[in-house]
Amino acid sequence: MTINKKEIEYIAQLAHLKFSPREVEAFTSDLNDILSYIDKLNQVDTIGVEPMNHAMDMTNAFREDVVTPSLTNEASLANAPETHGGSFQVPKIIE
Amino acid sequence: MELHQLTIHALRDKLRTGEVNAVAVTESVFRRIDAVEDRVHAYIALMRDEALRSAAEADRRIEAGDNEDLCGIPVALKDVLCTAGFRTTSGSRMLRDFVPPYDATAVEALKRAGAVFVGKANMDEFAMGSSTETSWFGVTRNPWDLGRTPGGSSGGAAAAVAADECIASLGSDTGGSIRQPAALCGVVGMKPTYGRVSRFGLIAFASSLDQIGPLTKDVEDCAIMMNAICAHDPKDSTSAKIDVPDYKTFLDRDISGWNVGIPKEYFAEGLDPDVLEAVKRAIGVIEDAGARCVEVTLPHTDYCVAVYCIVSTAEAGSNLARYDGIRYGYRAENVRDLLEVYEKSRSEGFGAEVKRRIMLGTYALSSGYYDAYYKKASQVRARIKEDFAKAFRRCDVILTPTSPTPAFLLGEKINDPLQMYLSDIYTISANLAGIPGISVPCGFSSGGLPIGVQFLAGPFDEGKLMQIAHAYERLAAIERRRPAL
Amino acid sequence: MTEYEPVIGLEVHAQLMTKSKIFCGCSAEFGAAPNTRTCPVCLGMPGVLPVLNRTVVEFAVKMALATRCRINLMSNFARKNYFYPDLPKGYQISQYALPLAEKGYVDIETDAGEKRIGLIRIHIEEDAGKLVHDEHMPSSYVDLNRAGVPLIEIVGEPDIRSPEEAALYLRRLHETLVYLEICDGNMEEGSFRCDANISLRPKGREAFGTRAELKNLNSFRHVQRALEYEIKRQAYILESGGEVVQETRLWDDARGVTLSMRSKEEAHDYRYFPDPDLVALHVDEAWIQEVAATLPELPLEKRERFVREYGITPYDAGLLTMTRPLAAYYEEVVRACGKPRPAANWVKGDLLRLLNEDRADIRACPVSAASLGDMICLIEEGAISGKMAKDLIEEMYKTGKSPRTIIEEKGLVQITDEDALARVVDEVIAANPNQLAQYRGGKDKLFGYFVGQVMKATQGKANPQLVNDLLQKRLGP
Repeated sequence: MTINKKEIEYIAQLAHLKFSPREVEAFTSDLNDILSYIDKLNQVDTIGVEPMNHAMDMTNAFREDVVTPSLTNEASLANAPETHGGSFQVPKIIE
Repeated sequence: MELHQLTIHALRDKLRTGEVNAVAVTESVFRRIDAVEDRVHAYIALMRDEALRSAAEADRRIEAGDNEDLCGIPVALKDVLCTAGFRTTSGSRMLRDFVPPYDATAVEALKRAGAVFVGKANMDEFAMGSSTETSWFGVTRNPWDLGRTPGGSSGGAAAAVAADECIASLGSDTGGSIRQPAALCGVVGMKPTYGRVSRFGLIAFASSLDQIGPLTKDVEDCAIMMNAICAHDPKDSTSAKIDVPDYKTFLDRDISGWNVGIPKEYFAEGLDPDVLEAVKRAIGVIEDAGARCVEVTLPHTDYCVAVYCIVSTAEAGSNLARYDGIRYGYRAENVRDLLEVYEKSRSEGFGAEVKRRIMLGTYALSSGYYDAYYKKASQVRARIKEDFAKAFRRCDVILTPTSPTPAFLLGEKINDPLQMYLSDIYTISANLAGIPGISVPCGFSSGGLPIGVQFLAGPFDEGKLMQIAHAYERLAAIERRRPAL
Repeated sequence: MTEYEPVIGLEVHAQLMTKSKIFCGCSAEFGAAPNTRTCPVCLGMPGVLPVLNRTVVEFAVKMALATRCRINLMSNFARKNYFYPDLPKGYQISQYALPLAEKGYVDIETDAGEKRIGLIRIHIEEDAGKLVHDEHMPSSYVDLNRAGVPLIEIVGEPDIRSPEEAALYLRRLHETLVYLEICDGNMEEGSFRCDANISLRPKGREAFGTRAELKNLNSFRHVQRALEYEIKRQAYILESGGEVVQETRLWDDARGVTLSMRSKEEAHDYRYFPDPDLVALHVDEAWIQEVAATLPELPLEKRERFVREYGITPYDAGLLTMTRPLAAYYEEVVRACGKPRPAANWVKGDLLRLLNEDRADIRACPVSAASLGDMICLIEEGAISGKMAKDLIEEMYKTGKSPRTIIEEKGLVQITDEDALARVVDEVIAANPNQLAQYRGGKDKLFGYFVGQVMKATQGKANPQLVNDLLQKRLGP
């Protein structure tokens, strides 16, 4: 399977990444190399095989419904680039 | 011998008898760092003050009768592990200023054991790489040949141990990121069974593949580190609830009568002749020790890298979505609107390899491609796990080369992503199957570069790995060289 | 003109009333200062991991049982990937391919009779944070207190055929959730949220038309009005030969219209995949039985039982079972006096009125069920009249004292002594000769006047029935 520039741009949009035209070229070529390599997976018969979603077969890891201390507002915001009145600040969403 | 050249167990003995104190050990390590770090660049950041404080504290503990093996031992932490109150970057511009308010559980465990943290070791950005060349903070050089890479992504952690810039280190392994640099730097490196060590506080790359593990100077040190970090953690849902044995009890044991599987698929083309030679010699040593080498087959070996490309990037793409410059991390300047906050911060904050993997991962999960890529890869992954289960019915452990080549040149593979991925060809399978693996030095190339041999075992059979690795180490008696720094 | 039939499917998100959030120990309570109920996990910091709150599963199983769903013994969590500032990890942990429960139903009582609305599925997921827009500055502010609060999403089959049915369905879901004590149902605080999917099709046709998704429906009234508007809007489009566009529309209650969000909406490719940080959820029969044993009697069953056991009307049963505590109070009153129908009247009438005026909850009612029951007994015994009781209950509410105490303190015993009353009646008649003459002359209405005068003379304590009888005898033709 091959991927074209338009698809690369769409994927970039989904991933919220922005590329220069040169980068789009480079990624298109890189990804195509990798995708053609990955194509070999079609040689494997996987009819009826359960996809392996987890490395180990574990179930039911729970915690009890108990409140534990939260971070202070200050600590929650300590690494934030932009804050305002105790909240994280972003440019307004264009409505 | 200088203190920084010693192993954990040798230093522990000296600390217990009072022959040396922890502060002296730490100072010795820092003297070594001052002498060679500008050439090796194993570290992103040093924790000099913290280390001396911890060493002093360790001395107090030892005085009071503390018996912990790691008390007072200087350890490096791959910068993928969160350290509370101390910058943790994951080798990326995106997190260059991030200070976590929490320790990774494994870090906490080492703290409790009295370890002294020397610094945060350099790594490929977000653990994506096999050469430590994608770090935002510059490359790490292989102490054995400064023109070559130390491997990756735990290149800094491996180089630091090899160069005696720490006594032991903690790294992470998603496709071989502990074992491959261990082999390339001539140290011991282990990836535990998935779920053996808590992933809480490990900056995630691929959640179903990541594991934290030790890099050490010998197998006994590895057992000591494993004893400290293996445990069930209620903060990690994927953490195993299986009892942890004392790994030291597997040292100094016999392996006669063991069946050691040699997978034919791991000895095909692409294997460097020096590596093949060294591994063959290792097989000879094992046989001399009384083990029987049997041929096994892992039929889906050829598909491992392909599966890894899809599964790891799909999970990574999702794991890295949280980096948006809003709550922490790099935020681009001059942004006009919210979309630009996302796009510019992420595009400027991430390096090319990370972006490449995010793109591939996003594609593999996208509408219309999920079945063909992610689902298919997950199914083949099940087959790969099955291959190992079947093989382990016929043998106790499996023996393979760790890396197809010794350390390659800086810049050699960085522009060929596929070639870079293929350098993990022997290590990736263990992550996909969730099984443990260890790389042990087994010789040198004709050019004097270290070569590693890998042992793999079934889930939660790290004890078997310790046993055979230690037996091999004793019997092989690989000449103890030091890098000429 | 073609007759169109609306096809409506509703999606409800209900916040679960656990103490802590779904994947971390932060408090899930509503209303704290921004970003003070946050921790590295719900902030989505690097390296953190989710761990599932067991009570969330219990609550979800309760709702699944109450709506007769099939509970999947194994279910999985999935990541729903998209970018938004209120979504810290850049994905929401939800359930996709394998939800907790499927194929249930609720029954609603429409004017045309009982109707069954199917449920497609119930699944568990986490809530996002809140985005607040600055009025003056071009900034928005992110508060993550709500991020990680547990939700169940209840997806209904498109079985609903009118805005009225939609409202009934929502009320049924709402009361079930509140009865189960798993959700506080507070729509203003966002604990119970609804999105609606609506399309039209010509009556008689099986195939569905193109649907619109409606959001921003903040009350049952909004839901009904929005659906009514949509029906008109879509009918107009179809009648004019146009095509309804599949899109998301926001309800603007002030203007009474739905507005297209299309320009802001990109087609979302959520790239669902099983979350590798969470293990599979295994709910076995034993656990289900354990939870089933804790289920309370549900509103519908309770109403039917009240009608059966207490002989009250379905309407009254509906009022009395509006909330579990109210129903419990009523039953306690019945136990105290053994008179279900008077008990129903007093509880749904004066008592509820007093509580409403006071904006008080039945659980804080100053009149205990035992006291009210006692009061009803006193009426039955004839110790006080119904009219006297109306004053008495106000006094009981104000003071919290028992009826007998108040009666004693105020000397409020009903006068039932026939001779004593006869004397008063005679005195009243003697004192009002004009009215007597007019009454005897044909002005029947004056009977009430005489009753009033007797009541006045006895400070309202005369037994009304006796007064009636006596006056009939004395005044009558």
